[in-house]
Amino acid sequence: MDFLLTPFRYEFFTRAILVGMMAGLLCGVMGVYITTRRMSYIAHGLSHAILGGAVLSYVLGLNFYIGSGIWGFFAALLIQYLTGRKVYSDAAIGIVTTASFALGVAIISTYRKFSQNFEAALFGNVLGVSPIDLWVVTGVTIFLLGLVFFFYRPLLFWSFDREVAQVHGVPVFAMDTLFALMLATLLVATLNVLGVTLIISAVVIPASIARLLSHRFGYMMLISGALGAAIAFLGIYISYYFDIASGASVVLLSTFIFACVLFWTRLRYRQKRQISSLHPEAKLD
Amino acid sequence: MEPILEVRNLACGYQTQPVFTRVDLTLYAGQLSGLVGPSGSGKSTLIKAILGLVPPWAGEIRFRGKRLKPGTPPPKVGYVPQVETVDWNFPVTAEEVVMMGRYKQQTMWPWPSKRDRIAARDLLNRVGVEHVAHQPIGDLSGGQQQRVFLARALVGNPEIVLLDEPTSSSDLHVQHELLHLLADLNQQGLTILLSTHDLNSVATHLPWVVCFNQGLICQGQPMDILTPATLEQTFGAEMVVFHQDDRILIASGGTSIRHQMQRNLPPGLLKSASKSV
Repeated sequence: MDFLLTPFRYEFFTRAILVGMMAGLLCGVMGVYITTRRMSYIAHGLSHAILGGAVLSYVLGLNFYIGSGIWGFFAALLIQYLTGRKVYSDAAIGIVTTASFALGVAIISTYRKFSQNFEAALFGNVLGVSPIDLWVVTGVTIFLLGLVFFFYRPLLFWSFDREVAQVHGVPVFAMDTLFALMLATLLVATLNVLGVTLIISAVVIPASIARLLSHRFGYMMLISGALGAAIAFLGIYISYYFDIASGASVVLLSTFIFACVLFWTRLRYRQKRQISSLHPEAKLD
Repeated sequence: MEPILEVRNLACGYQTQPVFTRVDLTLYAGQLSGLVGPSGSGKSTLIKAILGLVPPWAGEIRFRGKRLKPGTPPPKVGYVPQVETVDWNFPVTAEEVVMMGRYKQQTMWPWPSKRDRIAARDLLNRVGVEHVAHQPIGDLSGGQQQRVFLARALVGNPEIVLLDEPTSSSDLHVQHELLHLLADLNQQGLTILLSTHDLNSVATHLPWVVCFNQGLICQGQPMDILTPATLEQTFGAEMVVFHQDDRILIASGGTSIRHQMQRNLPPGLLKSASKSV
């Protein structure tokens, strides 16, 4: 038993587990909106765009969270603006996010006084989170979950059928802005856990697993959030014993679970089809 | 009859391309009207302009005499969009879709109230799909999906419902059932405007028809306005119109089809067609 509790002797590890679980929970919940609205590519691109904001914040002496958050928010709004102006949405994402990412890389390559480890920004450094980071992530978790809770029904209507939602009085333009803000906040707050390149897995994979298990939006959010937190816990925990990068461990574990659930649901579907072809009168769940 | 919706001198378009100009249309309380025209004639754009989804370039829209701000939907309106615009893979059940229509009556909590559930069940029962309430929307048949959307449009107790091509992806039986359902709702006082390019459904079921092609061509009762001349002006193609008792049947076809039918059918059946020869 002592062997299993060894990692928790280290304060940094306990912080990492807490931050990882909160990030997993948030990404799982928000991931349901992102995947059902087919925005996975936007989320992936925005995580790259935020690097530009992070670097610029460092150079200008601004707080990382505030600078990157504002940058990410405006990048999301700019993508929306371009998409409405005869630019294909994937092209708009490519333009804004790669330009922003390139700005970050350009500044890194020319600004000689860099003391930040931007490899951590790319691949995550959950084991290096500070007590301040823990407080920030806790605050963001409460804030975003609160928004999801109180705006659940208008966001659901807006996600499913934006036009009809507008006719019924949902302030869709405000929802566009709110969601851009939520997405930017989520990505900035959770970047430390998995980094720019891997954060999209925490957003997409738990939500995709939840989709295989449920056809109801609300249940999907509960499943995806719980899965996200559990996978983050197990992934970081396992990384200690296998001595591998925590971010990669979380991603590989979530991919493995996705594959297992996919296999199981396909097996169940085939069994049901066989039963219903043999016994058409039988009612199946 | 009191006008419920008035469109005056309305012009609309996308980017720099106008779709229609100078449209005047009045809907009266309790009216059941069909907006007919070919694909690309601007029917959907007109409906969206009325709903505030497309900003008008010129003109005004009034609801019960009160001018609406551009971009503002009329109060107490229900809308059934074209089915092609819907994401059928979205994880919602039929009941959840209907409850979305209760947005204006919602509480601050994310879960639906008892009233929401009762209202949704009542509407699903009224449109005949209560038995699929808990099924995912993507698993329903086309006709069931339309009924669920109609229930969503009705659950907020609207005074007027606008439907955009509600019969477009349905077979004849489903179309017939849906139009009968709309007629029943209209009998209960609901004002309905639906767009379609299916002339025979309109001719059979709807008491008032508006012919539209980048502008209003004419409107009136089907028997009076669905003539070969009007239909050619609206659809840009020759049509053959059959009359029998109080029924109309419309078929597309040129002079050769008309002559063939004149040879094969009893005299007098092609009343309108023979007048246009």
